[in-house]
Amino acid sequence: MPDLSFIARNASFLFDGLLLSLTLTAAGVIGGLAVGIALVLVRLFTGVVGNCVVDAYVFVFRAIPLILVIFWFYFMVPLILGRPVGAWTSAIVAFTLFEGAYYSEILRAGLKSVRAGQMHAALAGGMNRAQALRYVIFPQAITAMIPIFLTQAIILFQDTSLVFVVSLHDFLTATTIIANRDGRLVETYASACLVYYLICLAATAGVDRLKRTFAR
Amino acid sequence: MNYQWNWSLLLDEPYAGWLLAGLGWTVALSVVGWVIALPLGTAIGIARTSSSRWLRVLSGFYVSVFRNIPLLLQMFVWFFVVPELLPDRLGLWFKRDLPNPEFWTAALALAFYTSGRLAELFRAGLQAVPRGQVMAADATGMSRPQALRHVIMPQALRIILPPLTSEFLSIVKNSSLALTIGVLELTAQSRQIENFTFHGFEAFGAATAFYMLVALILNLVMVSLRRTLTLPVAV
Repeated sequence: MPDLSFIARNASFLFDGLLLSLTLTAAGVIGGLAVGIALVLVRLFTGVVGNCVVDAYVFVFRAIPLILVIFWFYFMVPLILGRPVGAWTSAIVAFTLFEGAYYSEILRAGLKSVRAGQMHAALAGGMNRAQALRYVIFPQAITAMIPIFLTQAIILFQDTSLVFVVSLHDFLTATTIIANRDGRLVETYASACLVYYLICLAATAGVDRLKRTFAR
Repeated sequence: MNYQWNWSLLLDEPYAGWLLAGLGWTVALSVVGWVIALPLGTAIGIARTSSSRWLRVLSGFYVSVFRNIPLLLQMFVWFFVVPELLPDRLGLWFKRDLPNPEFWTAALALAFYTSGRLAELFRAGLQAVPRGQVMAADATGMSRPQALRHVIMPQALRIILPPLTSEFLSIVKNSSLALTIGVLELTAQSRQIENFTFHGFEAFGAATAFYMLVALILNLVMVSLRRTLTLPVAV
């Protein structure tokens, strides 16, 4: 049995890291949803030009790696604001805009999954487009979208580990610090794997359950 | 905002060379990772739909391990932990004698991570082929491997072609994580140019353009593949 007491000694440091990972995930989900909703509204209400702009936005953010996005904002946000803002702010901006591209596509697919006849019927019933979306389309689309939102949040939780490149102390970065300081690479990394594995497995199981509930 | 643009510095030595070398490593990582991940992912995906309960459980565990641990952590494990666990001689060879250890470690990490995702994709594709096709193959006297090879797989591959290309784009993007263990791929090179010149816009812009080019090319390849592979009768 390997000696794991050094992990207990560092528990609060690791826990702070985990908290930071979860906070980043929450910020990314909330910010990403806001951006995603804004992008979909642009698509729905501004015609061809708006559609092209959103297409370009989504294409760029989905074509480049998240690390590059983090570098962009780590370097660019201070330049635009004219003062240093630190890794934390730039990471949140990066995650928000990056996730926004993915969330807008999920929203779009969800809205598309509602049959076209529903929209026609709502319009024929005298609703305007906004009302039809609000009262007819959206309530039907939401159950299709929620599980995919949550799955995306689990992916984001794993992706927050990439703030390692700007030296934010998330769970993975905290792990590497302890692994190097105490020279206990095998035990430390194995424990980190286990923590990520269990969290993501539990979350995935929760999402699956939710999906079955909706399907009923 | 006060910024001195200087796009031409990207054409100067050594920066142009750095970018091209970075692009080369990115492509090499992606291709090597893909060449390992595709057969592995296919095999695990088939095992996921196998009639043997043991195979299903084992392959399900494989997929869940590689999908529920962040790729960055997997990369560190391959780099720092695996050589410690190998038998002494092999571990030593890994750490000391293997040329470009960072590259091969990163490629392996990418390959196993991607194989887990491909396995799920293949499982979904195989299950999307209508059941009647399996029964018909059975009825004509084909064995299971024959049915898989000649009836099920050709249809499943057509179904999963679009997500399969986006998986390849994912491996290209994910290869950027190799910079954390010291592979100077495209993103690392652009970061290095930013460090040397303080021209982040140009450096990151060049890397962004290269990644977008890869995405565009993949898109074109997919569209034309789809056109040539579509069957005259709808599947």
